[in-house]
Amino acid sequence: MPDLAVNIPWAGGVLKLSNPVLAASGTFGYGVELTDYGPLENLGGFVSKGLSLRPMPGNPMPRIAETPCGMLNSIGLQNCGVEAFLRDYLPRLPKAGPKVIANIYAHNSKDFAELAGLLSDAPGLAALEVNISCPNVEAGGAVFGQDARAAARVTEAVKRRAGALPVLVKLSPNVTDITEIALACESAGADMLSCINTLYGMGVDIRSRRPLLAKVIGGLSGPAIKPVALRCLWQTAGAVRIPVIGVGGISTAEDILEFILAGAWAVQIGTANFARLDRIFRLPGELAALMEELDIKDLAALRGDLRTFSL
Amino acid sequence: MALELCPVRSLTPLGKEEKPGFFSLRLTLPDSMSEQGRNAWSNWAPGQFALLRPESWGPELSWGRPFSISRLEGGAVEFFFQVAGRGSRRLAGLRPGEPVWVSGPLGVGFALEEHRPTLLLAGGMGIAPFVGYAQGRRGQAETRLLFGHRAPLGCYPYDAFPPGLTKEHFPDKGPEDLERFLRRAAELLADNAARGGLALACGPLPFLRAMRDLGAACGAALQISLETRMACGAGVCLGCVVKTVPGGRGGFSGAPAPVCACGPVFWADAVDLGE
Repeated sequence: MPDLAVNIPWAGGVLKLSNPVLAASGTFGYGVELTDYGPLENLGGFVSKGLSLRPMPGNPMPRIAETPCGMLNSIGLQNCGVEAFLRDYLPRLPKAGPKVIANIYAHNSKDFAELAGLLSDAPGLAALEVNISCPNVEAGGAVFGQDARAAARVTEAVKRRAGALPVLVKLSPNVTDITEIALACESAGADMLSCINTLYGMGVDIRSRRPLLAKVIGGLSGPAIKPVALRCLWQTAGAVRIPVIGVGGISTAEDILEFILAGAWAVQIGTANFARLDRIFRLPGELAALMEELDIKDLAALRGDLRTFSL
Repeated sequence: MALELCPVRSLTPLGKEEKPGFFSLRLTLPDSMSEQGRNAWSNWAPGQFALLRPESWGPELSWGRPFSISRLEGGAVEFFFQVAGRGSRRLAGLRPGEPVWVSGPLGVGFALEEHRPTLLLAGGMGIAPFVGYAQGRRGQAETRLLFGHRAPLGCYPYDAFPPGLTKEHFPDKGPEDLERFLRRAAELLADNAARGGLALACGPLPFLRAMRDLGAACGAALQISLETRMACGAGVCLGCVVKTVPGGRGGFSGAPAPVCACGPVFWADAVDLGE
């Protein structure tokens, strides 16, 4: 059997995953909702729904719309708040095996830091993922992830309070040059990067003459954005020295290998969870079978081994 | 709840001569079903739903499609649907034997109170869950159906109800018909409330709002089943939420609740359907 284990190095240690398959934030709840569909132990880990200091009600309806090979969402980061996560969900999650990564979101650096502080010594957490790029919530100005200095400030603020937890920063593709933001986050102390969040998108219903989403603009995800995600991952992995995790439209074992060849250390599965809720639990097995078929012994040998044409 | 691959037993057009696009879809619950699936389906409650996704669907369709479970008979689960978009249009092309992923039974069904007279208020395809509901009713208390519909009656499973049930239907061809229907609904709701009954409504949102208003006016004990766009069906995407009313029945905090996991059936005073 091929070895699916991934040991992701960072300044404070190694994030050990039994396999590279993680569930992406916002598509897997708080980790307890989907256990009827498969065992959490099958996964390398999962990223929680984006957590804020206080519970958030999210955006008005409609919040989602199906688009060809994808979907638009404008959930507005509805969540139970960090305290409820720590009290009601985290204790119910496995202490060993799949890694639990808490995704955090705030409107300013101070709140980001406070969130990191609250989560830093939570038992059973493996890492923090910082959402600097969600296009769904009005932040009263530019999105952090679209400005290198703002992204760096947030990274620094979280890192300072994250204790022994590695900090992943989730990059937005809605920028001119993703490597500029990536490098800024790396310089500010990010331990890893997740690449990418959703793309800005919109849809129209010609019969009602209404936008498909109440907030008009939302985030596009699903297989439709996979080429964009792959491009961003490739550019980012080539620019920074810290590990990068691929996310965006990944739904098959083939997709996973594409991202790993482009330089990803692990991947996150998002929208594909909605088509079939058992899908993610089967992916590690399918990945092993595919690696066997392609005679790939382990993922380390494959990572970044994209053989570009000599032009 | 379970996820099972169920072959199509039959896809039957309803009222095809009159108006195309209405179907009965029966899916066989396979003998090979997991124990989890067996338990889930033997305990299903009318008002619950399932997400259907034919195995042949590729990535171009991102989600399954939610439909009320209408009834379980002869090892098959039956759904009634009307073609409304690209998902249901593709479902209308299913062939016998074709495998469909069925995620269900999902959500919270209708209250079933044998001793109370129960009034079923259906708008259009909202009639679907009441077929199984009426079949499941035992005891002496009256079950009555009031059905409003736009397409010809043959497009709906109106004849599928058991004989003991009192039923009446109102075709909706214009504002006057709607007035008549609403007057009748108001009478029946008031009568149901006066007898300490239970009223259940299922249909499109404007219909549910009207039933909510009529029910509130006479103090009816009313449950409503909501229809909404859904992606996951498991309460994780939060794409199908409804505003809840703190202090109402159902014990909601006021935070938006996912219809798929907390509904689709709610007490009418527990949710805010807007105007």
